Amino acid sequence: MATYSDMGFLLLVACVKIAVVLLVLLTTVAYLTWLERKVVAHIQARWGPYLVGPHGLLQPVADGVKFILKEDILPLEADRVVYWLAPFLGFVLAFLCISVIPFGRGFTFHGHPIELQIADLNIGLLFIFAVTSLGVYSIALAGWSSNSKYSLFGGLRSSAQMISYELSLGLAVVGVVMLAGTLSLRGIVDAQSGFWHIAGVNTWLPHWNIFVQPVAFFVYFTAAVAETNRVPFDLPEGETELVAGFHTEYSSMKFAMFFMSEYANMVTVSCLATLLFFGGWHGPVFGPALLRILLPVFWFCLKVFGFLFFYIWMRGTLPRFRYDQLMSLGWKFLLPLGLLNILVTSLAIAWHEAG
Amino acid sequence: MAILFYICAAVAVLAALNVILQRTPVYSALSLIVVLCSLAGVYLLLGAEFMAVIQVIIYAGAIMVLFVFVIMLLNAGHETTTHRSRMARWLGAPLIAAILVELLTVIWGQFPATAKLLPAPLDASPAAIGHLLFRNYVLPFEVTSIVILVAILGAVVLAKKEF
Repeated sequence: MATYSDMGFLLLVACVKIAVVLLVLLTTVAYLTWLERKVVAHIQARWGPYLVGPHGLLQPVADGVKFILKEDILPLEADRVVYWLAPFLGFVLAFLCISVIPFGRGFTFHGHPIELQIADLNIGLLFIFAVTSLGVYSIALAGWSSNSKYSLFGGLRSSAQMISYELSLGLAVVGVVMLAGTLSLRGIVDAQSGFWHIAGVNTWLPHWNIFVQPVAFFVYFTAAVAETNRVPFDLPEGETELVAGFHTEYSSMKFAMFFMSEYANMVTVSCLATLLFFGGWHGPVFGPALLRILLPVFWFCLKVFGFLFFYIWMRGTLPRFRYDQLMSLGWKFLLPLGLLNILVTSLAIAWHEAG
Repeated sequence: MAILFYICAAVAVLAALNVILQRTPVYSALSLIVVLCSLAGVYLLLGAEFMAVIQVIIYAGAIMVLFVFVIMLLNAGHETTTHRSRMARWLGAPLIAAILVELLTVIWGQFPATAKLLPAPLDASPAAIGHLLFRNYVLPFEVTSIVILVAILGAVVLAKKEF
C-alpha cells in the first residue's frame, strides 16, 4: 500500500539522488579539466597549472569565475535563436544521460528498497543512444548559426563523423545485449556477476563481458571516442585547420557549456564502457553493511576514472587522423568488424544453447 | 496521463504547423524534430517505450540529421514565394477540406465515442516486437530489407559517377 508518506519518502529519495548525482557529475567535469591539463603537462614534461591553490587544485574554480565574468559576444550575422539554443541543447542532453546510469548495488532503508540509480528504464541502453543521437544537433546548429566558415566546416565535419560512428557504436553493444538478454543497464550489470566457469572449473576470472567481447569493446570505445569528438578524432575542432571548429564564435558561459557537455559526454561514455564490458560495480566486497554499499560505488568510480585517464592519455599520445582516414576507418573497418562480431556472438550463443 | 497526452498532441500539432509556416528551412527542420519527439512522447504514453526510443533514434537522430546536414551544406536562406499556380488556388482549399472530412469520418467510424483515449497497455517490449517481426511478419520484413538494399545500391551508383 503506497500511502502519502510513502510517496513523500520516494519523492525525497529521488530528489536527493538527483541532487547528489548532479553535484558529483559537475564536480567530476570541473576536475576532469584540471586532471587533463595536469596529465598532459606531465606527459610533456611540464608542471601544468600550479599557481591557484596547491598543485593548481583551485584552477577549475578560477576558470568558472572567469567564464562567468567574460563578455558574451554575439556575432553580428548570427542566427540569434539557434545560436542560443545550441549550447543549451548540448548541455541538457549531455547531463540527461547520467539519469539512467546505475552506479552501485541497491540496499533497503527502513524497509524501502533504494536503487543507486535515478531511473531504471528497461530500455536504458537505448535511451542513452537516443539522447546522444540528438546531441549532434547541438554541434551542427552551433556551427550553422555562428555564420562563420570555420564554424560551419566544424559543424559539418562533426555531424558527418557522428552519424558515421553512431552505427558502429550501436552494432558494438548488440553482442553484449545478446549475452545479457536485456536492454536494462542494471540487468546487463547483473548478468556479469560471479566468475567465469570453463567446463565447470572456476577460473577466478570475473564474469565480465570484456573477456568474451573484446572485439565489441574495441569497436565500442573507438566509436565512442569519435562520438565525443576527442583526440585522435577531434577533427571538428582541429585548431590547425578550423581555429576551434563549431564553437569558434562562442564566448563566455556559452562556450563553457560546450566544454562541459563534451566532458560530461566523456563521463557517460566511460560509465557505459564500465557497465557494458567491465562488470559495472562488481568487485571484491567485504566488511560491515555500510562498506558493502560503498565498495561497489567505489569500484564503479575507479573503473570510470580508469577510462577517463585513458582518454587523457590518448590525447597526450596520439596525433589527429586525416579526414579520409577517419571516414574509411569508420565505414570500412569498424562497421564490418561490428557486424562480424554480432554474427560470431549469435552463432556462439546458438551453439551453446543447442549443445 | 490524459493531460500529458494533450500536451504532447498540442506540441506536435503546433510544431507541425510551424514546419509549414516557417520561411527559414532550418527552423522548419527543427520544428519537424519537435514533431517527431512529441510523437515519441505519445508512444511512451501508450506504453510502447521501445517504439518511442526507436522513433527518436531513427527519425530525430538519423534522418533529420541528414536533412539539417543538407540544409547547412547548401546554406539555404529564406524561402522565396512565387504566385501560386491557378490549380492550387482554386482546388487547394476544397481538396484539403475533402481529405479532412474523409479522415474524420473514418476515425469517428473506427472509434465510438465511448472508446477510451488510451487503450489498455499492450506488450510492446523489444522481445515481443522481435517475435512478431521474425515469426508473423517475416516476409514483409525481409522484403523491406531487400528494398532498402536496392535503394542503397541505387544511391551509391548515382553518387559514384565514374567507375
